[in-house]
Amino acid sequence: MGNDVCVVIEHLRGQVSDISYVMLAAARGLAESSGGKVLAILLGHGAQDLAQDLLADEVLYADHPELADFTPDAYEAALVQLLGEKQPRAILLGHTSIGTDVAGTLSVRLKLPLVSSCRQITPDGKYVSQICGGKIMAEGQLPVPAAVVTMTPGGYKPEQGRGSARPEVTAIQPPPLTPMRTKLAKYIEPAGGDVDISKESLLIAVGRGIQNQDNISLAEELAKTLGGVVTGSRPVIDQGWLPTSRLVGKSGKHVKPKVYLALGISGAPEHVEAITDSETIVAINTDPAAPIFDLAKYGVEIDMFDLLEVLTTKAKEAKAD
Amino acid sequence: MNTTSTMPKHEYYDAMLHAVDRGERLRLCLECGNCSGICPFGQVMVYPPSRLIAMLRADRFETVLKTDALWMCVSCYACTEFCPSQIPLTAGLMARTKEELLLSGNVPTELQAALSNSQRYGNPLGQSPRKRADWAAGITPEIQVLAKTRQAVQVLWFVGDYASYHPRVQAASRALAGLLNLLGVSFGILGPEESSDGDSQRLAGERGLFETLADKNGKAFSKYQFETIMTADPHAYNALKNEYPRLGITYPVQHYTEFLAERLEQLTPLMKREIQSKITFHDACYLGRANHVFEPPRNLLRAIPGAELVEMSHNRSNSLCCGGGGGGMWLDGFQWEKAHVRLSELRVREALAAGASILAVGCPYETPRFEDAVKTAQRESELKVRDIAELLAESIGIREGVL
Amino acid sequence: MNIAVLAKLVPDLVEELTIDSAGAKLDLAFARYIINELDDHAIEQGILLKERFGGQVTVVVPEGDGADDVLFTAAAKGADRLLKLTGFSPDIGNTRALAHHCSEIIRELKPDLVLTGVQAHNDLDGSLGSLMAGLLELPYVGYLSGVAIQNGAASVRKEYPGGLIAEFDVTLPAVLGIQAAEQPPRYVAVSKVRQTMKTATIESMPASAGASAPLLTISRMYKPEAAQHATMLAGSPEEVAAQLIGIFKELGVL
Repeated sequence: MGNDVCVVIEHLRGQVSDISYVMLAAARGLAESSGGKVLAILLGHGAQDLAQDLLADEVLYADHPELADFTPDAYEAALVQLLGEKQPRAILLGHTSIGTDVAGTLSVRLKLPLVSSCRQITPDGKYVSQICGGKIMAEGQLPVPAAVVTMTPGGYKPEQGRGSARPEVTAIQPPPLTPMRTKLAKYIEPAGGDVDISKESLLIAVGRGIQNQDNISLAEELAKTLGGVVTGSRPVIDQGWLPTSRLVGKSGKHVKPKVYLALGISGAPEHVEAITDSETIVAINTDPAAPIFDLAKYGVEIDMFDLLEVLTTKAKEAKAD
Repeated sequence: MNTTSTMPKHEYYDAMLHAVDRGERLRLCLECGNCSGICPFGQVMVYPPSRLIAMLRADRFETVLKTDALWMCVSCYACTEFCPSQIPLTAGLMARTKEELLLSGNVPTELQAALSNSQRYGNPLGQSPRKRADWAAGITPEIQVLAKTRQAVQVLWFVGDYASYHPRVQAASRALAGLLNLLGVSFGILGPEESSDGDSQRLAGERGLFETLADKNGKAFSKYQFETIMTADPHAYNALKNEYPRLGITYPVQHYTEFLAERLEQLTPLMKREIQSKITFHDACYLGRANHVFEPPRNLLRAIPGAELVEMSHNRSNSLCCGGGGGGMWLDGFQWEKAHVRLSELRVREALAAGASILAVGCPYETPRFEDAVKTAQRESELKVRDIAELLAESIGIREGVL
Repeated sequence: MNIAVLAKLVPDLVEELTIDSAGAKLDLAFARYIINELDDHAIEQGILLKERFGGQVTVVVPEGDGADDVLFTAAAKGADRLLKLTGFSPDIGNTRALAHHCSEIIRELKPDLVLTGVQAHNDLDGSLGSLMAGLLELPYVGYLSGVAIQNGAASVRKEYPGGLIAEFDVTLPAVLGIQAAEQPPRYVAVSKVRQTMKTATIESMPASAGASAPLLTISRMYKPEAAQHATMLAGSPEEVAAQLIGIFKELGVL
């Protein structure tokens, strides 16, 4: 009873987000050490199929028209009732636009401590959070007997939370979701059909070194293969080789991808300030003294034109495996 | 107030007359248009100086405040230099107009960051003040940071923002440090106690910020004993020479080219390596046109064995601005959107047309700006950009500040 | 339209953060404080709403290094009332207590709208806005990049990944977590702030008793492994490409 770990599954427009699987992976270790089960909490409307690859001991599914899309009030009402009854060891939510909307109110309503930005829960019940722009790690005992936790990606791979067999799904009755104070009016798609690079996780960044518009296609090919997006530093956009929506830098967008592959970018301060939130920077430059190498995790001193095509070929081969 | 005057009461006009020393000369404007004609961005400024004065006189200044094209002004002093009525256009009219734009909230976001950073960190780049002397690490003999050594020195070297923090310009700082050490000059730097000189921020309309920064620097200066201030930054040179004394902070100041040119007899025999190149010198706006220092940099360059000095078609007082002044250093995106031409690129083409293979500079804004322009023009194999200190150091054989 | 904006100061990340010798707290000796960037956006959003829909903006800041400057700057931008919470120092792990004290102030102010940044980088026990909403039993929506008032309710734009936006209608009073104001925080000239310091007053609001001790313990703080210089990969283009593929696989992008 007080040992189960509940994971609030996040889904948006029919798709379960990666963070849900990360949370399921995190829940597994804690549930084992506290001798409980991993319970996935799925709220939705006609959404039971989303349970199929959740790696959980049981999925508690509440169906209601008001839960068709995420709204803070409806989720809060449903979760307070459900989790108030359950009294789990921990309640995991994503440190995301969805999870953080309810984590605070939930922790107050349930009178539980809240741990945020948690990257990992250790087998001996410690939380490991990354704060201060990623510069500081904070660790401590996960409060007993219970706590609400918002989780960030990075500590577990989504695959660790995906199951091969459909878990047991138990239907539960949501509380009456009477007129809610927060109502979804509509969704608005991203403008102009172009991607928002500040939300992308793999960026292939080209600088002056790309030399001309035709060569951009080499970067595009690699991006397509890896599932990333091509961005440019100021001179590339000025020349019109990429649209303004792809500008990374002081006058453009700040990006925070998982991987930033910098091709022929020297690392001038005006550019660097916009990429310091990248998880991993890989820099390709012919100049060994380029400042980007002081920022990057990996570097190669090579002419990008010697590397691009063979890298794309190898990437295609790797994907085919 | 002359109640029998037939002139309407101009709130802004009056403010302009009193904005700076000799500001009343605004009344003598002939509307000759010299200023707007010579302005490097006059064609996109919508209200270049003469038109701006006409708007002031017609009491239509508020219309000007609704446009943002005034931010194209790079405070290059060309208008001031060629005004037959000797109106202090750059420091008076343009800076004061930018101040009004700031106060009315009409300021490009790019510039805002540089101004906020200057206030918060003492430098527009937003770098930690504690790291201001990091560039000097590893130089022997060690550079004296006055707060640590507390010794009297002959020269206080006011290093400046870009010379302290920008990776490309730090190399020039190290070269200069090497030269000073070689010459046995007794000098020290303020390091973390140094704040931005504030001159570009002043000309970008932030008079309040300028005064705050000047005040901090003045307090730092007063703690130490030195005879003269030397700087490699023409903007700092201009501020220290012409503006700080107005605030009661008065010290003798030299640009490093003046300082080294005085010691040319000592330097010349040390320059053993030839630099076989045609070198052209770009007169920085605040060294040349604004403060009339034209010959010392040229004297230094002529002394380099193997070097041939050539002149660009715009030189000395009609030199072409690199585009970095008056906030321009922090308005690259904005100015590009409006003009689709960079002044630095025009200048680089002039250097190439003059037959030069080295573009020599004496201002920390210029090295990165011109190098970027050379890359964009894809002429890296033909033209190198070097600070004069770097060329002298190369000829003497100093590397990374050490002989 | 009465709007309350809560803003707090956080350690400036431009300065290097150090851990104290005991290893469980930040060494604040050289820390400089700066307004939480998202709270700066919240102030801007509050001022924008006042400019568009009329009303009053009250800014609340906990005391500390730089608090007065934040308040006066807000006044220079158009804030009407400046409140400083005294007798409480926000720190890593005590946001819940801060939420308790701020909620007391909000109960007195009874605003129509409470705005605050959706998070701060040193949040460890939750974000101020969502905790306050829980304590005040008010609706809460976060990650907002647009707020408008329509028919006595708030119409807000919530950001989801991939550039997707969801528009919500929220009944008032409500607490909103701001991700971005509709325009970047406006610049205020130094001279204008100085002028405001002469005319504006800051009211002190002492923290009440009754906040609980932190519910979270921090046993250790440390810095994650940082690379000083890139690990340089060498070899022929084929060899380098193979190494890069391996790295991409490790990082989960391939």
